[in-house]
Parts: sequence; C-alpha cells; structure tokens
Amino acid sequence: MTAKVTVNDVERVAELAHLELTPDESAHMLTDLNAILDYVAELNELDTAGVAPLAQVSELGSFVSAPRPDLSAPSLDRAAVMPQAPESDGAFFKVPKVIER
Amino acid sequence: MRLASETNTVENFVQKPKTLAALRVEIAEGRTTAADLAAGYYQRIEKINPRLNVYLSLTKERALEQAAHIDALAAKGDPLPPLAGIPVGIKDVLVMKGAPATAASKILKGYRPPYDATAVTRLEAAGAVLLGKINCDEFAMGSSNENSAYGPVRNPVDTERVPGGSSGGSAAAVAANMAVATLGTDTGGSIRQPASFCGVVGVLPTYGRVSRYGLIAFASSLDRVGPFAGNVRDAATLLGVIAGHDAHDATSSPAPVEDYAAESDKPVEGLKIGVPDEYFAEGLDTEVRAAIQKGIDALQAAGCTVKRVSLPHTKYAIPTYYLVATAEASANLARFDGVRYGYRSPASDTLSAMYSHSRDEGFGAEVKRRILLGTYALSAGYYDAYYLKAQQVRRLLAEEFLRAFADVDAIVTPTSPMPAFKLGEKSGDPLAMYLADIYTVTASLAGLCGVTVPCGATSAGLPVGMQVLGAHFRESTAFRVARAVETAMNG
Repeated sequence: MTAKVTVNDVERVAELAHLELTPDESAHMLTDLNAILDYVAELNELDTAGVAPLAQVSELGSFVSAPRPDLSAPSLDRAAVMPQAPESDGAFFKVPKVIER
Repeated sequence: MRLASETNTVENFVQKPKTLAALRVEIAEGRTTAADLAAGYYQRIEKINPRLNVYLSLTKERALEQAAHIDALAAKGDPLPPLAGIPVGIKDVLVMKGAPATAASKILKGYRPPYDATAVTRLEAAGAVLLGKINCDEFAMGSSNENSAYGPVRNPVDTERVPGGSSGGSAAAVAANMAVATLGTDTGGSIRQPASFCGVVGVLPTYGRVSRYGLIAFASSLDRVGPFAGNVRDAATLLGVIAGHDAHDATSSPAPVEDYAAESDKPVEGLKIGVPDEYFAEGLDTEVRAAIQKGIDALQAAGCTVKRVSLPHTKYAIPTYYLVATAEASANLARFDGVRYGYRSPASDTLSAMYSHSRDEGFGAEVKRRILLGTYALSAGYYDAYYLKAQQVRRLLAEEFLRAFADVDAIVTPTSPMPAFKLGEKSGDPLAMYLADIYTVTASLAGLCGVTVPCGATSAGLPVGMQVLGAHFRESTAFRVARAVETAMNG
C-alpha cells in the first residue's frame, strides 16, 4: 500500500478514467497522488482482519429500507430530454465514429 | 512594520435575515407581500453579488410566479403553507426544471435539466419562493469554494477570506441576507464547515433522511441534502419540509418525520452530552477551542450532563473518507462524457477522443485529481489495499460512534479546527485542504446527523461553529442542543 505511483501509473489511470492529461498536468497529479497515497497509508496501522466492509450505512441496524416495487412506469419524456444533447436527431444521440480506420 | 491587513478595514456584508415567524406574520397581515419580499431580495442580490459571487443564475420568472400565488392566498385569507413567500436559494448541484444546472463545472455548460429535485419540489409545495442557483465548489469537491469554474465565493464576514465549502455560496447567502434560507449538500462537511466559517446554522440530516433525487451525485453513500438558515428553529422547520421518504430515491428512509421546530423548543435539562477527546487534540486553533469550551459550559449550565468520550479511530477518518469518496466519485462522474448533456469538445474524430477531450477540457484540477485517485483505488491490484480497506475502517468508525451514542444523547465538537482562512492560503496544497475536514468527515462516514450552530467568534471577529452530532434519525435531539447553545451564546 506504500507503492510509489509513477508517471506511467498516472497515465494508465488517466486512460481508464478517460482523461487526457497534458504533461504538465501529469507531473502535478503525480506529486499530489503520491502525497495523498503516502498519507492514506496510515490505514495500514489498523488490523482489519475479519472486519466486514461497510459500503452503505443502511447496512447498520438503525436503518429501514423501503425499495419501490419493481414496476414499469412512465419516465421523463424523450422530447424533453433529447434537446439537452450536444448532437441528436431527436431519437438518438449522435457521436463521432466509434472505430478508427 | 505594519501589515496591510492591519491598516485596511475589513469589507463586511453581514446582515441577519428576519425569522420565518416574523416574515409569516408580515405576509399574513398584509404588511408585506411575497412579491415585494422577492423584489427586495433581488435588489440586494443585484447590488452585492458582483462582490460576493454567490448566485450563478437567477430564476426570477419562476420566483415571481410563486410569489403571486402566495399573495393570492394571503389576499383571500386562505391558510398559508409553512414557508409561504420565504425567499430560498438552491445550491447549483440540485436541479430545477429549465434553470441552468452547472455543478459549478464547465462540463455542464448549457445544461437545463427537464425535472426538479425532490427537495426543490417540496420547498415550493410548502410555499417557498426559489430565487436562483448558488455557487459552490465544482461537483461539491472542496472545502473553500475556490474550486468553482465560475470563480470563488467571498466570505461576507471578511471578503479576503473563503466562505468554506463546498456549499460556500449557500452559507454566504444566508450570512449576507441574500436569501432567508438556502439548500446545500454535505458529503464530507460541505454544509457544516461553511456554516461555521460564515456564522450561520447548517444541517447535516441523517443519511437517507432527505431524498437525493435531482442531486448531481458526488459520492452516493455519503451525499446529503440539507438546509442553511439564520437560526436553529428556522433550519429545523426547513428540514421538516424537505425530509421524508421518496419513491425516486431507494435509500430515502420511511422513518416518520418529526416536528423538528417544535422539538427544538424543548429544554435540554437532563440530556447527556459527549465531548470526544480526539476533537480537542493537537491542531485545534486556541481561540476556536476557547469558544467551543464556552458553549460546552453553557450546556452544563442549562442542566446537561457533560461527559468525556473517546473515539480513537478519528485519526483514520480523513484517509478513509478520501478513498471512499473519490472511488464513488470516479464512478459517478463517468457519466459526463459529452454524449447526453453539457459540454462536448468540438474537434474529435473518434468517440474515444471525444470522451477524453470533453472531460479534460470540462473538468477542473481538483475534480480530475479526485477522479484519478478514485480510479486508482478501484483499479486491479489496488482495490483490496485501498478501497476495501477503507470500507473496513468505515465500519470501525461507524460502530465506534454507535457505542458512544449508547451512553450519550449528543456529541459536541468544533466544526472546523480553524476559522475561515484566506483566499489562496490552502489552494496550492490539496492534502492540507483535506486535513481541514478532520472533524466533519467522521459523521459523514457513519451516516449521523449534525447541526453547526454559531458559538462565539475569534478576537478578529471570525465566527466559530459548534458541531452537534446526533445518532441516526435523532435530528430532534441535535436541534434541541444546538438551540440551547444558540440561546446561551448569541442571546
């Protein structure tokens, strides 16, 4: 957990996140990520063997959930939603070509 | 040698809003109208917004229509809804139909959502007049409001200082009387800390108490919607309006909504108040410590039993929070890709290039930093070491609080280790900025409710806020305690 992040790591993670960083941005992110990851390494001090991960506090005793019945119902009108798209024909979103030739 | 700050007068825009009760009487008796009230607020906004940068957009047409509706009710002598004619501002991460929703990010430029957030719908149904959309840190990521793509908000108490964040604009709006009340959101302290910095009341409801429908998500297991107001009772009234189950949010709770305002009137005598050692350790500003101690003494004088408690995992809260929150953010913010709404980078010849150009040009530095950190923590080979580990520590932190609340009714702490800092003071050092959230992220991770209540000031006149934490769904108790502090400390 104390592994140092390299420029290659930053570039790989940026690619996973669909972020294209300039070399200057990459350099800054490298410094910041290493500082932050050094700091979060403090968690290694804690023995968490056998502790179940808590993803949502609603897993704790004091919460009652009330999921809605799984029924189909009208949603937002397409005519209200599609005009928000940068490019659409009213029924479909238009995007640049998917496969480069 | 004299410093510039000693010779200059501090520019101050503080003005306390009238109470809900006072405004209600004025409207019911015809001494003012909702329309006049709204017009007065728009005038003040026009005058001081250029200096404070609180509002990003105004929703005048909608506000005046609602005001006319309220005035028609009042003219007929019909019963008025609880927030009749009350001018309220909305943090710009909550959507209002047809109004710009920017999340203070360039990537949502031009987006006008086709629906209302549930909290917005409920405020309006209760008679509130919604003035406009309020500035914040981009996607609610920040503790100073300096991460907005539309420029920082300035603190009405001292314009050289930050209002806190991420709901800095919502806190500043109430402090400067640019709204009677506002909505903000709190993921790691984003309501409580700016309330503290600006000297107003801010409420963190229990996770699930207020629907998140229509909130632009940051970290879904932590995000809460809550009110700011000029006093505790009014904040309690607002929470009562927006709280409750919503079929649009499966995590919203069916637990009954109490009459929080009436509950806040009850005396605190006999309540057990916990004071955790870990929140008064190294790093706490001495003037903040002294102000909070006065608040604790006041609670004791009001008949509370004050008890030391220990929350030894507190020091692990910041690393835990920044792993959990960024992991969730990296997933939530994947939806901003230039396809369905907002900004698309113009010149990209493939879909993949369009995604990454749009995101790179649309997101600010802090948002990118958190997406990268979160993506890293979730990526193959690191998931167990970072994300899973953080979730395990999250359970330890939550269980530690539950044990403490078995012995006490409320826990009181400083909201922030320091008063409002200067613009630019921490913006170059992300880690230093994160560390300032030490007293607020714990309740976020544990899902607890809390109230920040003004509790004195430093010698320079900067507000100090006390954080009153309650167990899950015990908002009523937190409001009672906050009310007692307010009465004792602020007259």
